[in-house]
Amino acid sequence: MSNTYTEEDLAKNLEEQEYKYGFTSDFKSDKAPNGLNEDIIRFISAKKEEPEWLLEKRLQAYYAWKEMTEPEWAHVNYEKPDFQAISYYSAPQQTKKYESWEDVDPEMKETMKKLGISLEEQKRLTGTAVDFVVDSVSVGTSFKKKLAEMGIIFCSFSEAVENHPELVKKYMGTVVPHTDNFYAALNSAVFTDGSFCYIPKGVKCPMELSTYFRINEGGTGQFERTLVVADEGSYVSYLEGCTAPMRDENQLHAAVVELIALDDAEIKYSTVQNWYPGNKEGKGGVFNFVTKRGICEKNAKISWTQVETGSAVTWKYPSCILKGDNSIGEFYSVAVTNNFQQADTGTKMVHLGKNTSSTIISKGISAGQSQNAYRGLVQIHPGAENARNRSECDSLLLSDRSGAHTFPYIECKNNTAKIEHEATTSKIGEDQIFYCQQRGIDEEKAIGLIVNGYCKEVLNHMPMEFAVEAQKLLEISLENSVG
Amino acid sequence: MLTIKNLHASVEEGAEILKGLDLEVKAGEVHAIMGPNGSGKSTLASVLAGKDGYEVTEGSVKFADTDLLELDAEDRAKEGMFLAFQYPVEIPGVSNVNFLRTAMNEIREYRKEDKLSAKDFLAKVKEASALVELDNKLASRAVNVGFSGGEKKRNEIFQMAMLEPKLAILDETDSGLDIDALRIVSEGVNKLRSKDNAIILITHYQRLLEYIQPDFVHVLNDGKIIKTGDKNLALELEEKGYDWINEEIAQ
Amino acid sequence: MEVVADNKVLAFVSDFKRPEDGSKVRQQALDALNGMDFPTTRVEEWKYTRVAKYVKRKYKQVQTTANVDQFKIADLDAHQLVFVNGFYDEKASTILEDDTVSIHKIDELDEGYYTDLMEDTEENVFSLINKGYQTGGVFIQIKKNKKANHPIHILHVLEGEEVMANARHFIHAEMGSQAEIVTSFASNNASNGFTNVVLEGHVETNASIRINKLQTEAKDVLNISNEMFIQDESSNFLINTVTTGGQLTRNGLNVIVEGENCHTEMNGAYLGTEKQHIDNHTIIDQLYSNCTSSESYKGVMDDKSVGVFNGKVIVRQDAQKIEAYQSNKNILLSKGASVNSKPELEIYADDVRCSHGSTIGELDEEAIYYLRSRGISKKSAQQLLIAAFIGDILDKIQNEAVRAHVDQLFLEDFGWRF
Repeated sequence: MSNTYTEEDLAKNLEEQEYKYGFTSDFKSDKAPNGLNEDIIRFISAKKEEPEWLLEKRLQAYYAWKEMTEPEWAHVNYEKPDFQAISYYSAPQQTKKYESWEDVDPEMKETMKKLGISLEEQKRLTGTAVDFVVDSVSVGTSFKKKLAEMGIIFCSFSEAVENHPELVKKYMGTVVPHTDNFYAALNSAVFTDGSFCYIPKGVKCPMELSTYFRINEGGTGQFERTLVVADEGSYVSYLEGCTAPMRDENQLHAAVVELIALDDAEIKYSTVQNWYPGNKEGKGGVFNFVTKRGICEKNAKISWTQVETGSAVTWKYPSCILKGDNSIGEFYSVAVTNNFQQADTGTKMVHLGKNTSSTIISKGISAGQSQNAYRGLVQIHPGAENARNRSECDSLLLSDRSGAHTFPYIECKNNTAKIEHEATTSKIGEDQIFYCQQRGIDEEKAIGLIVNGYCKEVLNHMPMEFAVEAQKLLEISLENSVG
Repeated sequence: MLTIKNLHASVEEGAEILKGLDLEVKAGEVHAIMGPNGSGKSTLASVLAGKDGYEVTEGSVKFADTDLLELDAEDRAKEGMFLAFQYPVEIPGVSNVNFLRTAMNEIREYRKEDKLSAKDFLAKVKEASALVELDNKLASRAVNVGFSGGEKKRNEIFQMAMLEPKLAILDETDSGLDIDALRIVSEGVNKLRSKDNAIILITHYQRLLEYIQPDFVHVLNDGKIIKTGDKNLALELEEKGYDWINEEIAQ
Repeated sequence: MEVVADNKVLAFVSDFKRPEDGSKVRQQALDALNGMDFPTTRVEEWKYTRVAKYVKRKYKQVQTTANVDQFKIADLDAHQLVFVNGFYDEKASTILEDDTVSIHKIDELDEGYYTDLMEDTEENVFSLINKGYQTGGVFIQIKKNKKANHPIHILHVLEGEEVMANARHFIHAEMGSQAEIVTSFASNNASNGFTNVVLEGHVETNASIRINKLQTEAKDVLNISNEMFIQDESSNFLINTVTTGGQLTRNGLNVIVEGENCHTEMNGAYLGTEKQHIDNHTIIDQLYSNCTSSESYKGVMDDKSVGVFNGKVIVRQDAQKIEAYQSNKNILLSKGASVNSKPELEIYADDVRCSHGSTIGELDEEAIYYLRSRGISKKSAQQLLIAAFIGDILDKIQNEAVRAHVDQLFLEDFGWRF
């Protein structure tokens, strides 16, 4: 691999703390030729030994994608990727499936260690089950046995296709159909792996389920799918973390996440997104074009919490379809942009059922020359009697070259609804910084402290150990942002 | 400990406010600086603490053998200067405890001391909050957010007790306090008084000085100290008003 | 705007008389129309407002007279300029003796001078149709350091079937001047008319302009208004828009603030019944530091009416110390009514204080219950609460005669008393 960094580079990078996770790992990988056509899709499908119905789904998505154009409406500016210059399949070469954690490639374990998420440590300290996805291929799922005893299925998407085809067939594409948008269509055609989770009726998943995503190979895109099904009355808390190596080129990440909360079920989905944001001059970085959506049946609840600090360009709107009566949707988000990062992110709350309620809390922080936009839709359909929504979108500006934008869309077609939206945009308080300084805290730390305080309401909704990591990330991503 | 010589300072691109101020503060001393509105009291506090927006045009300030004016605001704090703000700032989402812990660790690192263990830190929090009868719950709430005026002022003294400064400047700490709160705050300050540290009280009124007995009282007017005396000067001022001094000097 | 092969715009204007006055400005507008299409709901700015069914019609530009007495504002004592179907009606108009203002026909406006004053404004397909095919308008100068002796009332009336009114006005508030403008829109013996009016203006240093705009046309009228203003340093601009009429009303209000220390204020009250569609679309573009803007729109939607609010504040890079406030509040009175609200902030400077709020809900049931328990009928209770809700917008109308006129209007139309 040409782009491998030496230990020295790595040490330097860590010292600069610009991007903590920017190393590449030298696994042997199995990569498809660049470009996208029917043959490539057949290649991926064959490589993964998929059933005919899935290939059929892929091809349908591909035909739909060919007719679509890349969306232009977001408040972001970037050179459109050449979709024929991307390799759509890059799997770490594996001769056999891992039976246990001990079988995992030592190099890969090393990668995880660098990421600070050694599975063993995780197992020991937090009792978290982790699925680890490198370049779209799931490489290890821990705690499988313990979960299996409760009937919980937590595995890679490929394994789910192989072992639980009826579940995958029933739910895949029901929340995000392949025709939904350009990137979702692309994902549906070329996705290579991802995570699958099923919680049976009435089961409360006793531990956090967690997936770490990492783009490793140069010139590849990552196209993973996550499907979480919480059956009636069940509960699950799901964590997702993302990192990628530092590369000069832009890498594409177009994922699809579908959540299904059946009657009385609850899904809590937390993300710490820390894809490589590009360097200080805005070169390189991940294009993060993600479609995340959940559907709530009766009395169900879906809660999205995200801390977004990475990616060169983010285009992401984790959404809730509140279909069932009394269902609840929540969106808690912190989005930090620095240097030349651009983010257009927010949520959609679609109220269909009666007495549905939604809460949106969004905190945007813009530093450097970055652009940070909140875009959110609250839609009350005629049948959504007594729907409630409360939205608070606050933006904090740390630099006079950065931008903070708020684009809420509020559409109400039922007179019994109550909707309240508030937004503020302001500069970080100079008096607050001085107060901290007078107590001996330097400016950079003061900003970290104030920003973390500003985001408290969101961080509070994250599982404890994740929140700690998120806080650190906020501080790291705001370093050198003063001015 | 603190030596101010011929200090001139103005607001950035604006009028000169301090016009040749001299002051000498030694360890163990309590100085009161009194003066009418607009005499430059709060400007002096801001300039000493290193707040942006002021420009020192002449003079020097020496603090514990360092050139104070050359230091960043946080380094002045690390050197042992503490300002109790007239209007303590609210920082939403940042708990008092987390705030102070960050500050103390930074200061200790600067002084090449070990970090305080969580146990010792909490013991100290308990001790310091008892000193100003600050409800334990306030320590875990966000810095000054939702605090009453009196609670904010007590929180300042609480922080002073935690950070153990060499020199504490109390800027109008008595303003907005009722008698009970004033007593609590003053008693707290008195307990923190020692032969190793010094305190500068900036105040408009004499009543604070009934509780905290100063060794010196200075009258600040139009950016200069125009009269220095003992605590009786404060009483005289209270009785006769600031105009009296101006008249006396004019003669 | 999108470019298309089969040009619907050219088809739309094909029967209009092509003016031959050698106007460069007109010609530029006509040229620009060649490559244009009418907006669809896929165009972001028109997401909630559909004009397709209207622009398929063949409207006529017809000069006629109308009885306008019923639309006058009692006790206003204003210069009154009457436009019937977009044509100036000299007989119905009254220009008072006044050395503080000069009022001319729009055609007398020097084009070079006009272009200089308004070069930064952006036109859309409707304002360009207006520019290319305008049939009249006034050019008003408020003289330097003068306060206009009288308000200026520009009254628009539609008369006839499927008529289109393309009037275009220009206000030049010279340095240090002050004036009050009233624009009103009504229809009389008209059906399916289209008012497509443009009001432009330049507010110079230290000048102040207040506009009250009243839209009370019949509920089959399409009203597309474009107001485009530029503010110089230390100037004030205020507009209050009251809308009760029209089948579809689209107010496009665009203010570019090109100097420091300006204040811009926009208020609106809109009340929809039947199948009315009322769209208020505003842009405040802050280019310089130390400016304030305030925007407050309130809507009460009944029956199957639709309210739309899309307000955008742009703070450009280096425009520091801007305070901008936006508020949109709506009450839905009936099951079929709906509201789309889109308050937007686009901020490229850091030392700003901007905020917006948007609410949608029904009348407070508790409050209604409370009033009823004091012996007030349900209908009166509702009326009281609506009056309280919309009242603070109407209170922004400082001119007593205009306010009395608006109160009368609400009393007649809705039986509401303020």
